[in-house]
Amino acid sequence: MSIQTYQQLLATTTGLLLLTAVLQVWGRSIVRAIGLLVLQGIALAGLVLTVGLYAGEDSAWVVAGLLLVVKAVIMPWAMLRSARLIGVTREHSSRVNAAVELIGAAGLTLLAYAVSGPILGNHSDLAAQAVPVGFSLVLLGFWQLLVRGSAITQLVGFLMLDNGIATISFLTFGGLPLVVELGATLDVLLVVLILGVLMVRMQAEQGHIDISELRELRD
Amino acid sequence: MAILIWVPLVLPLLLAAVSIVLRSRAWTLWLPVSAAAVLLGVGVTLVVSVSSGGPLVTAGGLIRVDALSAWMLTVVGAVAVVALWGGIPHRTHRNRNIGSFASLLCLFLSAMSLAVVADNLGLMWVAVELTTITTAFLVGSRGGRGALEAAWKYVVLGSVGVAIAFLGLILLSAASRTTGEPTLSWVALLAHAGGLDPTLARAGAALAVLGFATKAGLAPVHSWLPDAHSQAPATVSGLMSGVLLSVAFYAILRVQAIADAALGPELMRGLLTAAGLLSLAVTAGLVITQKDFKRLLAYSSIEHMGLLALGAAAGGPLAIAAVLLHMLGHGLVKSSMFVLAGRILGYTGSHDIADVRNLLRRRPDLGGPFLLGAAALLGFPPFVTFFTEVAIIVAGFQRGLGWQMLLACALLLVVFAGIARNVLAMTVGADPDPDAARTSPAPPDLPARFRQIPIGIALGVTAVIGFAAWPLAAPLLDAVTALGGAR
Repeated sequence: MSIQTYQQLLATTTGLLLLTAVLQVWGRSIVRAIGLLVLQGIALAGLVLTVGLYAGEDSAWVVAGLLLVVKAVIMPWAMLRSARLIGVTREHSSRVNAAVELIGAAGLTLLAYAVSGPILGNHSDLAAQAVPVGFSLVLLGFWQLLVRGSAITQLVGFLMLDNGIATISFLTFGGLPLVVELGATLDVLLVVLILGVLMVRMQAEQGHIDISELRELRD
Repeated sequence: MAILIWVPLVLPLLLAAVSIVLRSRAWTLWLPVSAAAVLLGVGVTLVVSVSSGGPLVTAGGLIRVDALSAWMLTVVGAVAVVALWGGIPHRTHRNRNIGSFASLLCLFLSAMSLAVVADNLGLMWVAVELTTITTAFLVGSRGGRGALEAAWKYVVLGSVGVAIAFLGLILLSAASRTTGEPTLSWVALLAHAGGLDPTLARAGAALAVLGFATKAGLAPVHSWLPDAHSQAPATVSGLMSGVLLSVAFYAILRVQAIADAALGPELMRGLLTAAGLLSLAVTAGLVITQKDFKRLLAYSSIEHMGLLALGAAAGGPLAIAAVLLHMLGHGLVKSSMFVLAGRILGYTGSHDIADVRNLLRRRPDLGGPFLLGAAALLGFPPFVTFFTEVAIIVAGFQRGLGWQMLLACALLLVVFAGIARNVLAMTVGADPDPDAARTSPAPPDLPARFRQIPIGIALGVTAVIGFAAWPLAAPLLDAVTALGGAR
């Protein structure tokens, strides 16, 4: 792989990651949110493949394939299934309005670029320069967890945060050992499945999945 | 000897499979108990073997048992025996889900064992996340709105917190690029700590501690804890409070050792002191007016985690040895207390402190140990918690945390008053209906005597171990050395 191709592929995949994260912020359709998550999974797998092949690691195919299957197929399928079982396709409640949400997202992306600079110091390799994208994903995921009221969009926020962490780990490291990678992916998949089951039970128990309405327990 | 490490990792998996297959049999509930007993045995054997022969390594360096890991395995085993044995429900309270309940408990034990023996940041993270996954359904198993809400908060906050810790671990590991190939091994990171990139190490250590603090229930990221502990079945609350919090705190100790060696102690000391004092303050603010006795115990766990954080902030052999011993003492007592709370709940049918009165007369089998356990939690001598709390505070004064420790003592007094007031009201408080106490027939769920044994053992051990701690001194000091010695 020539350095130009590498650079272009890196820019495309990280650009797609950031774009799908920012687009999550507006819009209330759950199907669209899950669709964006599929795109993000594909972009992440592409990024892993690019970084791995450029570093000359054959296991990159395995890891990228695994990520593609889990993040772009199984997880979205499981979420879509939960959404169907619940019968919710649109989210009603957000704790802030869309404009504030967008401005917050823009601010967080700027913040991600601002904090990554000093953390990265003077590492000049190309992959490290894309690390702010990972931090943006983490912060945007957090933002979504904070401001969205529906259980299913909280789950989307959690997965975005996880994608961000995966991006950072691949860009700074060129990936983790395969055992750890497998374990981490499996863990996140199990969390998604568990939260899916809890959501369905929540719907059955109380007729909605609005997290801000969970007020049974407090002091 | 290294083969022994695999026993607590693999045996629970086999037992989990057995309990799934034989799910209708009531005795499957004994499988987790036996797994815990084996874990305790392996832990003690490893403590002895490591203290004479040095750390054991297996699985190509992914798994390594040093004195600290062996100690943690022992603590997990001992506390799990008490929580699981004591928590076996009475025959009349058993339901059809016994098998899956037992198998999740086995998997939980295996995940905790893996977390403390992994010498790889990534693998340890996977194990800690697995503890969240295995306990998710256990927390929600009682059903109903409250349990669902608690389980949701627990899984979301736990996973997000631990994800942040993962980010921190990655940055910490990336900090080792300056010393050659980046490494994920605790030992290698500690050995090369001097050469770590300081900016990355600082960011990584801070994020990792923040993340694991979520799992350890330290304020201000504790909000899942009272909900989960009050809604989960007694056994699960006991296990989570007694050992899961300590396992998360173990990760903090490991990160602290690396950060202290790389950056000096100021960063971790600041973070841990703040978290410790804040945890004590949160507890002090909420125990006095607490109306739910399981939440009362949950807040007491936050308080004890705060104490551990203060001990770790003080640092040095005395404080760290006290922290490790406190994990054992608090774990044994707290798991017994949650088991007793579960039985009280079965007796009164209510979580409310106000509904439990004169327990010492009405049900001496519950009231007696509950009162003794509360005394241990509050740090009365002769219980070991007294010695460890004093050691932590003395060490803090010695190492320049004077006003922080004074503030901690003041907050501990408030907590003391709050917990004592509520526990006394439950055990010896004025009985609204004194005749009922005398005339009520023996309750149908009077526990068989062997269900009292684990509680008795736990309280007995906690009472004598403070005096008979001399055999423990060597392994505890070895464990301190494994954390980089006295700094």
